[in-house]
Amino acid sequence: MNTPVVQARGIVKRYGHVTAIDSSDFELRPGEILAVIGDNGAGKSSIVKAICGATIPDAGEILIEGKPVKFSSPIEAREMGIEIVYQNLALSPALSIADNMFTGRELRKKGFLGNVLRMLDKPAMEKFAREKLTELGLMTVQSIKQPVETLSGGQRQGVAVARAAAFATKFIIMDEPTAALGVKESRKVLELIKDVRAKGIPIILISHNMPHVFEVADRIHIHRLGKRLCTIDPKDYTMSDAVAFMTGAKEPPAKDLA
Amino acid sequence: MKTLLSTSAVALTVTAGAAFADTNACLITKTDTNPFFVKMKEGATAAAAEAGINLSTFAGKYDGDVETQVAAVETCIASGAKGILITPTDSRALVPVISQARDAGALVIALDTPFEPTDAADATFATDNFKAGVLIGEWAKATMGEAAADAKIALLDLNASEVSVDYQRNNGFLQGFGIDIKDPTDIGDEDDPRIVGNDVTNGSSDGGRTAMENLLQVDPDINLVYTINEPAAAGAYEALKSFGKEEGVLIVSVDGGCPGVKDIGAGVIGATSMQFPLLMASKGIEAIKTFVETGEKPQNSEGLDFFNTGVELITDTPVDGVPSLSSEDGLKKCWG
Amino acid sequence: MSENGSSASVGQDFEKKLDESDKSIASFNVKATSPFERIQHVLHNNPTLVPVIVLMLSLVVFGLIAGGKFFSAFNLSLILQQVSIIGILAAAQSLIIITAGIDLSVAAIMVLMSVVMGNLAVFMGVPTVLALFVGMAGGVGAGLMNGWFITRIKLPPFITTLGTWSIFYALLLWLSGAQSIRGQDIDTNAPFLKFFGESFNIGGARITLSAILMILVFLALWYMLNKTAWGRHVYAIGDDKEAAELSGIRTDRTLLSVYGLAGFICALGGWASIGRVGSISPQSFYEGNLDSITAVVIGGISLFGGRGSIMGALFGALIVGVFRSGLRLSGVDVLWQVFAIGWLIIIAVAIDQWIRRVSA
Repeated sequence: MNTPVVQARGIVKRYGHVTAIDSSDFELRPGEILAVIGDNGAGKSSIVKAICGATIPDAGEILIEGKPVKFSSPIEAREMGIEIVYQNLALSPALSIADNMFTGRELRKKGFLGNVLRMLDKPAMEKFAREKLTELGLMTVQSIKQPVETLSGGQRQGVAVARAAAFATKFIIMDEPTAALGVKESRKVLELIKDVRAKGIPIILISHNMPHVFEVADRIHIHRLGKRLCTIDPKDYTMSDAVAFMTGAKEPPAKDLA
Repeated sequence: MKTLLSTSAVALTVTAGAAFADTNACLITKTDTNPFFVKMKEGATAAAAEAGINLSTFAGKYDGDVETQVAAVETCIASGAKGILITPTDSRALVPVISQARDAGALVIALDTPFEPTDAADATFATDNFKAGVLIGEWAKATMGEAAADAKIALLDLNASEVSVDYQRNNGFLQGFGIDIKDPTDIGDEDDPRIVGNDVTNGSSDGGRTAMENLLQVDPDINLVYTINEPAAAGAYEALKSFGKEEGVLIVSVDGGCPGVKDIGAGVIGATSMQFPLLMASKGIEAIKTFVETGEKPQNSEGLDFFNTGVELITDTPVDGVPSLSSEDGLKKCWG
Repeated sequence: MSENGSSASVGQDFEKKLDESDKSIASFNVKATSPFERIQHVLHNNPTLVPVIVLMLSLVVFGLIAGGKFFSAFNLSLILQQVSIIGILAAAQSLIIITAGIDLSVAAIMVLMSVVMGNLAVFMGVPTVLALFVGMAGGVGAGLMNGWFITRIKLPPFITTLGTWSIFYALLLWLSGAQSIRGQDIDTNAPFLKFFGESFNIGGARITLSAILMILVFLALWYMLNKTAWGRHVYAIGDDKEAAELSGIRTDRTLLSVYGLAGFICALGGWASIGRVGSISPQSFYEGNLDSITAVVIGGISLFGGRGSIMGALFGALIVGVFRSGLRLSGVDVLWQVFAIGWLIIIAVAIDQWIRRVSA
């Protein structure tokens, strides 16, 4: 078996008397979509935040491709090739699609123009952005220079996912990518997620939406009371089972327990 | 503490005149930024120290800052001030709080700017701004001689709100020059063809420059420039210089600040009417002293509803019939 | 939406149905149908278009009303000269407004630094170049002070600069004793301070160096904002600071650089103002803060941040200058000049709001 992309053991995070993560484990395998589900307040966001550096755990270890890491911010995680698609997308509405894809990692022109005058290589960035959008079948874009605010919700999600897919070398975290979308647009975003997986990039998908989770996930990490309860294969269980495990109405079978 | 205070208060009434260190007075100016008021404050502080009066000073944050002045008067009333010297930033708005102060037993003297009505204060010590204007108007007329009949005049005023200082100086100048001013409280209602136009400067050099440029665009042959104060005059001179017209144009002004008097010496300004903020302040302190000692209130100058602290024309090219001082002598008397 | 709503109640079937639907998630079609909407889109994509049109229109209208006196090369170059100082302040102000901030202290920094330069060079015998250097460094320092309060202490820009406005103003009065430095004294001791007052003639126009400086400042900022990563970050921060942070921009560092640069531009304006005014007067440009904001707003730069081109502020300053000159030469009272500028501001902001609604 391949080394897991992410392997976390015994992660603990406390805020005063509240334990957000109670010695939880976490595992993401190469090429898979791992859905993380859990009741509100179960701490599913906390565990993912701990992995990408958005919160710093009090105890436990995180291995990325077998190597221990300690991120102090999501920026550091990003430098390692870990991309996050935030629920609010983190796009700048007035900037163009191309500008948004390259925010914080712009390409500069070669030579004097770039080194001294710090001139951006806009043609190169636009070309790259267009390629990446095309790769994901997003390219019916009229102009890559179009401001993001002129796009629909689903289109914006598409840009955010394309940005993540373009720069992720390790894996992508997606936080509720379909929560704000209508049925039709959700549908398209799910296709997009599968396309990204097809490129070989593993994905951590945080979602509340059981049908969506069961459709795309290879494995489902069920979080309960601050820790991983079990990891199940969606083919072996129904949605009602998953919900029952999540809420504690039913005990998962021993083989799946964390 | 309380006993101490009341004891000294009793002592004060008994031995009035001997215990001035316990006499509180206030000086409230329009702003702390105008050198005129800065100088006034210096004068008052010095005079108060000499007379043994405790002087607290206050100032508005900007010209027209009524609230700060009202609060200052209230503070003075609360501190039991025997006298309040104030340059009201709004002639009418401050009247109610001033009557409160007088009811509380304080002598209120308006400095520089009169209240409306003037008798809202016990006395007013001010420059006769109309007279100041008349002096420079007469001087300009005499200096130009026959050419005065076809002078082209630019009037650089203060601002759009046409406060009393603004129209008094402007109209005084015009009357001194021999122009029918119509309504003496209105700027710009004259129809004399010699007037090219009015513009506002906010009393600053940048405003003076822009206003002069604008009027030169209306008529490039302007040869007489009235300015509300000397910074505006300096700005007007820069504009004339950039148009290559600094020779042969007469600039007159009002104020008597030291940089302005130096500008007379340098030939930038032809003549200016000097006013005396130090005198206003020291007279004010003196009046408070007299009031505390004898209960007597100051009297107005004859024929005026205020006490005139005087104006002097400063110029290095004196003319007959208009008494003046040279810039050298002016430098000894100038303020700021 | 409605057809999906009904099938959703049936159960999971809708998922299958949708499989057949269009797979391309982002069909970025702009549906500008009515000509009104089309105009809205064009303006949205070219925010400087409005001020340019207004500027052209006002030139034509005043040219017709006031005639040759207004529409001469000389008068037009004079307007350029008259707006140069406020224009430079507006450049600094735009930079900050693009980050969704506001700087009430720009004019105070400018006048303070001109007093610093003047005191050093005229009264203390410091070589002019050194005095200028101290003034420029002081401007950067003052700007960084604003930036520090805003990024480190997390104070709102409005409050911070309201405070520093007073602080810088008080320092300025203290340093100057509320007293002007006379033009003649500058000429004798440090004529280089008046460098930007120099001018040359082209045809009937007189171009002063301060006007050229203003244009250069705008061009430089335009380049930085549009052609460098730093500029994109400035816009991103103004647009949505949190999003900018999440997409990897060091927002505090960028903001600090913006305030420092704005302070530098103000100090540069301070130097230029000495040439323009001819003397150094602590009372000058008291309304410079608001005048600069006026220029920025009329120039179509959104006070909400992230939107508008820096060049708009240049046109905004010119529009104000054209209105002042045009109304003056048409013989309109000062009162009505103030009135007209007021309407310009309101209309500019209304247009900005209307353009912003394009995304909805």
